[in-house]
Order: sequence, then C-alpha cells, then structure tokens
Amino acid sequence: MSLFKVFDVAGSAMNAQSVRMNVTASNLANAGSTSGDADKVYRARHPVFTSFGDALSEQTGVTGVRLDGVVESSAPLQQQYQPDHPDADADGNVYVSNVNSIDEMVNMMSASRSYQNNVEMINTTKDLLLQTLSLGR
Amino acid sequence: MKIQPFANHEQALKFRALRNQVLASNIANADTPNYKARDVDFGDALKSAQSGQLSLRKTSDMHISSGNKNSAGVDIKYRVPTQPTLDGNTVQTDVEQAAFSENAVQYRASLSFLDGKIRGLRFAIRGSD
Repeated sequence: MSLFKVFDVAGSAMNAQSVRMNVTASNLANAGSTSGDADKVYRARHPVFTSFGDALSEQTGVTGVRLDGVVESSAPLQQQYQPDHPDADADGNVYVSNVNSIDEMVNMMSASRSYQNNVEMINTTKDLLLQTLSLGR
Repeated sequence: MKIQPFANHEQALKFRALRNQVLASNIANADTPNYKARDVDFGDALKSAQSGQLSLRKTSDMHISSGNKNSAGVDIKYRVPTQPTLDGNTVQTDVEQAAFSENAVQYRASLSFLDGKIRGLRFAIRGSD
C-alpha cells in the first residue's frame, strides 16, 4: 500500500526541520558571543537539505528529505574596539559572532510551519488509511 | 455478462494514493533547494484505465524503462510554478496544500463509493442488511 510511504517522507522532512530548529536555537543562543580570536568566535550555522528517493522514485514520486550537513556562515564578523573587554586581544579588538537574529527568527518560523505542515499531512494520511481499513464494515 | 462490482473505483483509489504520495513529497521538500514539484494528471489516469493497457512495472533500477509508468499507469510530471524562487525550488506550499486536501477528499469519496458497492453486494447475498 503506497500510502504508508507518506509516513517515511513526512518523517524525513520532520527530522530535517527539527535539526533546522536545533541549529537555529544554537545560533540564537550564541548570537552575542565574543572572542579575542577571529578563528574561535562562534559563526552562524545553517543546515543543508537535499531531496532523496530510492531507485524507483522516478516512477512512484516518493522523495524524502535528507540533511546533507551543517555549514558555517562565511558572513564577516563584527570587529569592535573594546580594550577593557575581558576577551579583547593584544590590540584591544573583540570579535562578535556573525549571527543575524532576524534571519534566525525567520528560519525558526519557517521551520515550525514546515514541521506543522508535515504533521497535518501524516494526520490526513492516517485518517485515509484507517478509513480504508474499515472499508465494507 | 462481465460483472465489474467495483466499477473502476479501485483504480481511482490507486491513483489517489499515488497522488497523495507525490504531493506529500512536494510538501516535505518545501525547503529543499533545487527540488522540482511534481504532480500526476487525473485525465492521464482515466485514459490509461479506459484503454485497459497494462503497464510494465520496474522492480529494479537496471530494468529498461517503458516510460515513467507506475502502478496507476500515469506519468509523473513536473509542475510549472507561477512564482519564481531564488533557490530553484518550485514547491508552492499553498498550492500543494490545496491539492493535498482536495486529493484526500477525493480519496474519501472513492472509499464511500466502494463502501456503498460492498453494502449493495452484501445485501444481494444475504437478502437482508
């Protein structure tokens, strides 16, 4: 019964979206973190999604979502001159993480909406399957 | 006389199940870059059901394709988006959601038609409900 595959597809998408939520939470938590070393400061992370299907997905249309990895943002760091800051380097510079809070809030909303979408999809498909099971009763 | 107790409703159900799965893949991949949304056409399925042609089913990737025919005998086609996106994704969540719920209602309709047929058959067999 092909309807069962919807659970796999929606499950893979929910997994991907929850990773996205986790990454966003990490980014927001580290939004203001500082370091005296530009290489050690926290950089915003973003998940990369790809679609994947089995050998027959061209025929059956079943395509799930896979997390391809988490990449660090290459956006420039904020450099601030604060000689009295405990993290300041020898020149008195402090590097602040490149997390953009607005981007992250948007990501969080998008992830939660997508997650809800997938939950609804599972509910609808579950109803359809249960109705099919009670056919002719 | 050839009796068709279920009058092609089982084929309609098969088609609806396939479409459910295709649309679910679209919604699942709403945030995947370069994913192209797909859909199946009811007209194709109807034609295929009426012609009564059996399609070849591939059970391995090594088999030679006879088109993209699947269990419902239809081609899965790519959707033409009405709004462009920067990441090459052609899923429009609202369109997909509408199609998904429409398809679910149609599936339920087929189910209730089948249910009526089964009730009718049972009534004919037993002579009472």
